[in-house]
Amino acid sequence: MNAPVKIPVGSAPLEREEILLAVENVSLSFGGVKAIQDVSFDVRKGEIRAIIGPNGAGKTSMLNCINGFYHPQQGRITFKGRTRPRMRPHEAASQGVARTFQNVALFKGMSTLDNIMVGRTLKMKEPFFWQLWRHGPAMREEIRHRAVVEDIIDFLQIQHIRRTPVGKLPYGLQKRVELARALAMEPDLLLLDEPMAGMNLEEKEDMCRFILDVNNQFGTTIALIEHDMGVVMDLSDRVVVLEYGRKIADGTPAEVKADSRVIDAYLGVAH
Amino acid sequence: MLYREAGQYKTSYAADMAIFPLRQDRIGLAAILAIAFVAIPMTGNQFFLSSVMIPFLVFSLAAVGLNILTGYTGLLSLGTGAFMGVGAYACYKLATAFPDVNILVWILCSGFFAAAIGVIFGLPSLRIKGFYLAVATLAAQFFLQWSFVRIPWLYNYNASGAIEVPTRTLFGLPLTGATASPETRYFALLVIVVALTWIASNLVHGRVGRMWMAVRDMDIAAELMGIRLLHTKLLAFAVSSFFCGVAGACMMFLWYGGGEANDLFNINLSFNILFMVIIGGLGSLIGSFMGAAFISILPTALKFGLPAIGIPIAGATAEHVNLLLVGGLIIFFLIVEPHGLARLWQILKQKLRVWPFPY
Amino acid sequence: MSDVSLKSELAAFRMTPGLWTIAGVAGFALLLVIGSLTGAIGKDTFAYRVFIDPFAQMVEMPDLFAQTLWEGLVGGVLYALIALGFVLIFKASGVFNFAQGIMVVFAALTLVGAYEKLGTIGIRGEAAAFIALGVALAVMLALAYAVERVVLRPLVNQPDIILFMATFGLTYLLIGLGEAIFGGNPKVMIADQLYLPRGAIDLNILGGRVTIQKLDIAAAVIASAMIAILALFFQYTRIGRALRAVADSHKAALSVGISLNQIWIIVWFAAGVVELVTGIMWGARSDVSFGLQTIALKALPVLILGGFTSIPGAIVGGLIIGVGEKIGEFYWGPLVGGAIESWLAYIIALIFLLFRPQGLFGDKIIERI
Repeated sequence: MNAPVKIPVGSAPLEREEILLAVENVSLSFGGVKAIQDVSFDVRKGEIRAIIGPNGAGKTSMLNCINGFYHPQQGRITFKGRTRPRMRPHEAASQGVARTFQNVALFKGMSTLDNIMVGRTLKMKEPFFWQLWRHGPAMREEIRHRAVVEDIIDFLQIQHIRRTPVGKLPYGLQKRVELARALAMEPDLLLLDEPMAGMNLEEKEDMCRFILDVNNQFGTTIALIEHDMGVVMDLSDRVVVLEYGRKIADGTPAEVKADSRVIDAYLGVAH
Repeated sequence: MLYREAGQYKTSYAADMAIFPLRQDRIGLAAILAIAFVAIPMTGNQFFLSSVMIPFLVFSLAAVGLNILTGYTGLLSLGTGAFMGVGAYACYKLATAFPDVNILVWILCSGFFAAAIGVIFGLPSLRIKGFYLAVATLAAQFFLQWSFVRIPWLYNYNASGAIEVPTRTLFGLPLTGATASPETRYFALLVIVVALTWIASNLVHGRVGRMWMAVRDMDIAAELMGIRLLHTKLLAFAVSSFFCGVAGACMMFLWYGGGEANDLFNINLSFNILFMVIIGGLGSLIGSFMGAAFISILPTALKFGLPAIGIPIAGATAEHVNLLLVGGLIIFFLIVEPHGLARLWQILKQKLRVWPFPY
Repeated sequence: MSDVSLKSELAAFRMTPGLWTIAGVAGFALLLVIGSLTGAIGKDTFAYRVFIDPFAQMVEMPDLFAQTLWEGLVGGVLYALIALGFVLIFKASGVFNFAQGIMVVFAALTLVGAYEKLGTIGIRGEAAAFIALGVALAVMLALAYAVERVVLRPLVNQPDIILFMATFGLTYLLIGLGEAIFGGNPKVMIADQLYLPRGAIDLNILGGRVTIQKLDIAAAVIASAMIAILALFFQYTRIGRALRAVADSHKAALSVGISLNQIWIIVWFAAGVVELVTGIMWGARSDVSFGLQTIALKALPVLILGGFTSIPGAIVGGLIIGVGEKIGEFYWGPLVGGAIESWLAYIIALIFLLFRPQGLFGDKIIERI
């Protein structure tokens, strides 16, 4: 595969040792179904961390736990040094966790611009009273944030679909708008759930480039789930492998690739 | 030719974010306002004002309110009539308790009471969705309707069990009560409706409106973007009920003038307003007006229009034909354009922009 | 480390909202009992009249209680029948059919109207009644066909609310049509001609007399039979299997060659039959008028309780609402001025929903993204 070249990250090595997110002994079950069992890993500041594994391994459930959508029965999740036992999703968002979704979860009735502007909601502070008039402080704030959003639109090259209702966009562009919406939140941790699923090669390359650019230019820490092994090996600094809700490997792409349990999980155990 | 944006450049984000970015739209709006404020009162007779325009404006206001809740936030409500009733009764209590304060102040204040009641009945919306929520709002409808009849304090223990609207003046002219002229009532109502519609438009085009629509389109994603669902939904309930409450107060004080009030705010009113919103277009303010015009003027038009073009129908038959036609038209419109009159209007504008070319 | 484990132990014994409610209600009841026994709550206090007196009445006059309970049960069965019609249609076509109530009225009116027409051409008595029954069934079939053709087919794949609104249009159409054809006056249901029993049985039990209308017994029996037949039909026939498939997924059902249109007609017709039976029963208890359509609104809280897609839910929900509102009206209604039947059912359903949003028989909703 014609994978993009990994650009060396400019940030200082010391800073990269800092742990942004720590997942410790997390277990999650729905009734009798154990989605995640005793999984621990961490995400360091500034890195691209991949979570891989076969279908049903609990990858998406893991992301859901991280941003507070599911509450694990056991274990704890520490983000920026703070542990919250039962965090609501909007609390996660206000702490700086943004994400995209496996099945595109855009606001279908709204334009691309409005979708991305929703990502700015947390940054907009003008109270309800000013919103009533749409002049004065509320309008000035709106314009300020519009400028930020336009920068993101430029960055992801989606100027031409600014006014289009997102429901009418092709799938690849929808994924890109979703990334734009997440970026608008200026997150510290960006969770990407299969950002390249269902894309053709060209779109995948674009998306890889955007992910690397986000990581490089904004220094955003990224945790991503992806099935395309080529992409994962090229993009990520470290990889964690899940199978049937358990962690079976954790390390650099090269280490993981060589791990016999990972090979068994993906290729089946030789008998 | 007439409707084209060529040559209108936007040089700032403010210009780009204007509600009517096209000059032609702004001219159109000005023309409509001129007609409403000048032409109609000058040319319309009393019947036209009091039986067509005043009901239309009251329903428009209520439809705008419901559209905020159902069209923008995606919460189906069947309790609109009751929330309007809260406004009417609150206004009555306030106006009789403090007769010296201008009635317009009380009409607007009554909206806050409706908003408070709306928030209480909106609380379940965090846990229940869709049709389940619709049925929950029916609880509000029936409970409040019962309260209007069974709590005599609300109608000041009148023997008739109904509101008796007192006469109040504005600039020396009687505005409410039996002696108020349709022109005065029409003007007051028009000012209220225009002002509140402007506020609604400001809200839905800003941060608040985006939050509502985000909750409507994908509530889970909205929550993960940091939007608090309960706050947002309750805000929608409050604003929507405020509009409905003011509409209810206007309905009682500027349209009916009391009398047969105690069964006015029933479930049929709720349904009628829901029709207006859906026929007009969910999530469109201009659609609310179109829907209100359609549903509120149609019965009057049929009643007086059919005999005028030579189809004689008696009173009872007229009612039946009316029901048949309204029912049929609702189904017809839903099939032709499920997104309502507002969408038809948009398509028309799009066609006009590129006319005479198809694309 | 022990501190941490203690904390997690405590976290495991977290009080859920449900437990809090049960604890709260139990504590409150205990307080009341103690209060009334020790005389702290006097006989003329509000608390006594609300929380103690009704229960005291139930115990002191069990015959009245039994009478209320029975009336509630019969009402509940009829609510359950209407709810059943809703559930059938909602399951198969995803339509929240608001026209249910007017269809009940329309079916009953057709029956009575056809009987009257037959009377004018000289056919009377039981024969005419059963011919009229046939006519009413045919009309309901035609209605099902027309609805499928005119409403459902053009609106397939539209959002639920649009279909919901379309059934509103249908309601207006049917009211207009019904009034134009049959007139707006209430009519008497031809109960005798359909061999429905009349009169009452007086039971001397519980130290008093409980009156049971024979018609109510018949209603309960017929409704139960109807529900059983429908359940068997949908469980064991080919069409029933197809219906369940459609209920699960329209697309999947289409892909294995099930005709949606055919299923819709069948389901709407089945609902029409249920409506006709409901109309006969309800009409025989009062009379046949357009006011009856409001009973359909009463079926909505039943649906909430039972869940929109559960037939057992409709039955159990109907009984709970029927009994709950009769007892509430009888024992608590006078305290607040009466006529609380109009909203009590909704409040019961609403409070219930807050604790169990998926309804009585729904599965726990696991949200996915």
